[in-house]
Amino acid sequence: MGLVARGDQEAFGAVYDAVCGPVLGLVRSVLRDPAQSEEVAQEVLVEVWRTAAAYRENRGSAMNWVLTMAHRRAVDRVRSAQAATDREQRAALLDRTPAFDEVAEQVEARLEREQVRRCMRSLTELQRQSVSLAYYRGLTYREVAELLTVPLGTVKTRLRDGLIRLRDCLGVTA
Amino acid sequence: MTVADLHTLTGAYALHALPEDEREAFEHHLSDCEACAQEVKELAATAGRLGLAVTVTPPPAMKEAVLRTVAQVRQEVPGHGHPVHHASVPGRARRLSRLVLAACLAAAAGLGGVAVWQYDRADQAREEARQAQDRADAVAEVLGAPDARTTSARIGDGASGTVVVSRSRDKAVFVGAGLARPAEGKVYQLWFDDHGAMRPAGLIDSDRTADTVLMAGRIGDASGMGITVEPAGGSKQPTSDPVALMELPA
Ligand SMILES: [Zn+2]
Repeated sequence: MGLVARGDQEAFGAVYDAVCGPVLGLVRSVLRDPAQSEEVAQEVLVEVWRTAAAYRENRGSAMNWVLTMAHRRAVDRVRSAQAATDREQRAALLDRTPAFDEVAEQVEARLEREQVRRCMRSLTELQRQSVSLAYYRGLTYREVAELLTVPLGTVKTRLRDGLIRLRDCLGVTA
Repeated sequence: MTVADLHTLTGAYALHALPEDEREAFEHHLSDCEACAQEVKELAATAGRLGLAVTVTPPPAMKEAVLRTVAQVRQEVPGHGHPVHHASVPGRARRLSRLVLAACLAAAAGLGGVAVWQYDRADQAREEARQAQDRADAVAEVLGAPDARTTSARIGDGASGTVVVSRSRDKAVFVGAGLARPAEGKVYQLWFDDHGAMRPAGLIDSDRTADTVLMAGRIGDASGMGITVEPAGGSKQPTSDPVALMELPA
């Protein structure tokens, strides 16, 4: 990332190769629409180039920095679009499983998928649904509460204790 | 909202699930609550893992488009902040959680990454995934094991191999990518290396040169693994020089 920040386009190409698949996959899981997802993923990658100097190693991995940016963008996009969308369509969200069905040939991605799948299974149903709807569908906790018809406070707590359980299961340190 | 309430918002914040006004209030709280700041850091890293789990294979044309744009986009000048530190070279056997980052850093540092992207047509990939799924239970158990560790090597020109080892399951999985199809009547055979003695560990189906194979038998005391080209049906002992030898992660 240091080289990227100093304008090294070749280094950026290498970073691109490492992050593009995760970025596109994440954006697509939130936005669903393939064309719009590619557009947003491209914006994110250009943003990585533009703001590389702002990346600080001590605040977390480069991958995480990029994915946080990608999620933020995707969520912003889906929320602005949803203002105009029929709310009833939202119920359909519940029928869809998270986008683990997407295929990546890269072995690292398969490993991640298996580990996350295993850890997701260790959550309670409400934790799993809350975390999935918020992260993979970009819903606010208020929308999650409405969709699952549970109190706001419950959703807040489930998002937190669900993530904590995932953190421990995945062995995340930060 | 009370402070006690604010402390519970770390999860929602890390998932970008707070409405704008509450996000601002929470960020204000974050600046003087160390416990929440640390928890947010960890939960955001956890969310990142959820992101990695939905990785897809991007269309090749996208890279050209991004690189073209980047060539014309001016970067933000580094501020007066801390200098950007160089990442240290990642170890050979890494914790899985660091894998993708390690690939990123290794590639960025010009050491060459282990990533090999396959641009299969989507339907073909989906079909392969479905078939893989059928065979995958044992494989998934190894890949999903909490102690799963990997090591990778390039194999000849443009191909790569990765071995995933779970000592607790005593099983290993080999993942090849881009392996050249063996000559007619030949097959790739996998071996466990018991400190110099090669023990047969199964064959790679000749039609699948980019796939995942559960290595036959237990890891036991094996310190490494190898791949040779053998006559169809395989051999009891290697009859050719290995195309790859890898040490197994501890
Ligand atoms: Zn706090």
